[in-house]
Amino acid sequence: MSKDKMVPVPSNAIVPERDINKIPILETHHLGIDFGGLKAVDEFSITVGRTEISGLIGPNGAGKTTVFNLLTNVYQPTRGTILLDGKSTAKKSTAQINKMGIARTFQNIRLFSNMSVIDNVRVGLHNSTNQSLAASLTRLFGYKTSERKSLEEAMELLSFFHMDDMANRQAGSLPYGAQRRLEIARALATRPGIILLDEPAAGMNPSETAELMENIRRIRDNFNIAVMLIEHDMNLVMNICEGICVLDHGKVIAKGSPDEIRSNPKVIEAYLGKKKGGVEGGEE
Amino acid sequence: MEKIKNMSKFTRTNIECYGMVLLAFVILLPLQNAGLISYSIAGQLVPICTYIVMAVSLNLTVGFLGELSLGHAGFMSVGAFSGVIAVACLKNTVAPDWTKLLVAIIVGGILAGVAGLIVGVPVIRLRGDYLAIVTLAFGEIIKNIINCLYVGVDKNGLHFSMTSADELGLVDASPVLKGPQGATGIPKISTFTSGVLLILFTLFVVLNLINSKTGRAVTAIRDNRIAAESVGINITRYKLTAFVISAILAGMAGALYAMNFSSIAARKFDFNTSILVLVFVVLGGMGNIPGTIVATTLLYMLPELLRQFADYRMLIYAVVLIVVMVATNSERIKLFADKIKARFSREEDITDAAGKGGGTK
Ligand SMILES: Nc1ncnc2c1ncn2[C@@H]1O[C@H](COP(=O)(O)OP(=O)(O)OP(=O)(O)O)[C@@H](O)[C@H]1O
Ligand SMILES: [Mg+2]
Repeated sequence: MSKDKMVPVPSNAIVPERDINKIPILETHHLGIDFGGLKAVDEFSITVGRTEISGLIGPNGAGKTTVFNLLTNVYQPTRGTILLDGKSTAKKSTAQINKMGIARTFQNIRLFSNMSVIDNVRVGLHNSTNQSLAASLTRLFGYKTSERKSLEEAMELLSFFHMDDMANRQAGSLPYGAQRRLEIARALATRPGIILLDEPAAGMNPSETAELMENIRRIRDNFNIAVMLIEHDMNLVMNICEGICVLDHGKVIAKGSPDEIRSNPKVIEAYLGKKKGGVEGGEE
Repeated sequence: MEKIKNMSKFTRTNIECYGMVLLAFVILLPLQNAGLISYSIAGQLVPICTYIVMAVSLNLTVGFLGELSLGHAGFMSVGAFSGVIAVACLKNTVAPDWTKLLVAIIVGGILAGVAGLIVGVPVIRLRGDYLAIVTLAFGEIIKNIINCLYVGVDKNGLHFSMTSADELGLVDASPVLKGPQGATGIPKISTFTSGVLLILFTLFVVLNLINSKTGRAVTAIRDNRIAAESVGINITRYKLTAFVISAILAGMAGALYAMNFSSIAARKFDFNTSILVLVFVVLGGMGNIPGTIVATTLLYMLPELLRQFADYRMLIYAVVLIVVMVATNSERIKLFADKIKARFSREEDITDAAGKGGGTK
């Protein structure tokens, strides 16, 4: 079994070389969920290395977001197991799973839009802020220290994304690209072992996308965590992902390195067969 | 620099709230002592304090937690009658009035908090408008229970009955609570000063809470429940915390209120009272504490000021409510208000606005 974890069984060398001797941050075995009669996700088995940037791609409606919802238990899996850092996440709530180490962003941005930018990040710091209810109510018992610490840490995260000058703006009033960055900053504030990004480049122009790619690499290098992203922008995926998993109609149709995926006939068929669904950025 | 601005934003709200209350107190107390306030207004001082506490605490549930509560008067009722009973138990002690009032307020707060827990635990985990429905029912149930509750105190201790006063079997003492007649013989120990102190306490609790880890969690849940869960916030726990604190404060307000009258009945705390408080909150602004204080004071005084219009009083009241509601929700009027504000805004706001412009680039 332990050998299983050392070698990335379900994938063809998805786990990068450097991660092979550590237990994977995330493993799923035969994960699946049905909505009524629809098998939205089925037999989904992957392994993600500790510091790996991996991609989850597939045509519209393939089940990618559903996979993220399964990983964070927003949806209860009908079948299969999820191991986070070797521990099963079954029967855990979404909040508990976050504490165990999965943070995420959402395809349709979900910020605390009436709160300030910095408070959004501070909400992300919730579980690492050491402040009791008594301290909250009285401003005593270490209130000042904990508030200052959360302010400082939040500012640090904001400056990582070059957003320090927006700290006091209302989150909902930010331009689109900044909202996406803020969502990532908030997720990182929870100190995850793996961060799931659902279409982080959606709606971005090429220069913003380039900055995002740079940011994703920096996140991995600075925080030493794994990044898993859903993306339709093939240029981005092929450029930064070390391992890619392709979903179609809820099933994994291919796994491998960008080169392998690019030349995989099944993948080409899944995309070309559904040209209407379209892959922005294309493979060219 | 950013940090300093961040701090100053909520200290400004704090100063506004505390300042407003203290100013009113400093002006009104000497006037009241000198007997310069008309009898009818003087009698309104404690009720106004009570309703400010009610509205500010309801704003915690409605404005910050984003849950509709239609039974806030129910918690007030629990606090009022448990406070009355607590004071009745202290009748033969030599404790000064203010300690008795303090005991009443604390007992009222605790019991209302327990009621809040009982109501909150089963429903607060549900999504949707269940809390509104259940609190509505709670308010009615509490009213009906107290309507047929008989309580008395004698040297053998507390006696309860659900059928009649005779069944209490009191030895040379008269009942405190007599079913539909309500509580009678209450010592009138509430004062304007105690009312202001309770407002200050409420502001202390609510404003501190809002600017804390707990308050941020509560506001985050209101803004986006799914996102709040995704960053590891235990939704049920924080919703319940806010809801129970809100109930405790309402209970305290109830105790203060009851001690202002020699007798009080359960029907005083009915659905209409809950809605009245909700109107104060909505017109004062969801999540806007200074606004709530102002709205409560004005709207509570309004029927009093309109007394000369006799029969048309409530009609005018309703018209004023509608006008205010329309005015505060109209985009055009908001823009106009913003313009006026900008004209009077201080230097720091201007630099702030400049900062915003730079940020979008
Ligand atoms: N809660 C739900 N109830 C029923 N069906 C659902 C639910 N959520 C998703 N589905 C269905 O599951 C399938 C996969 O949806 P999903 O959102 O995961 O697709 P996706 O790969 O993220 O697509 P896109 O690229 O458009 O975001 C779709 O057919 C969708 O209609
Ligand atoms: Mg999706």
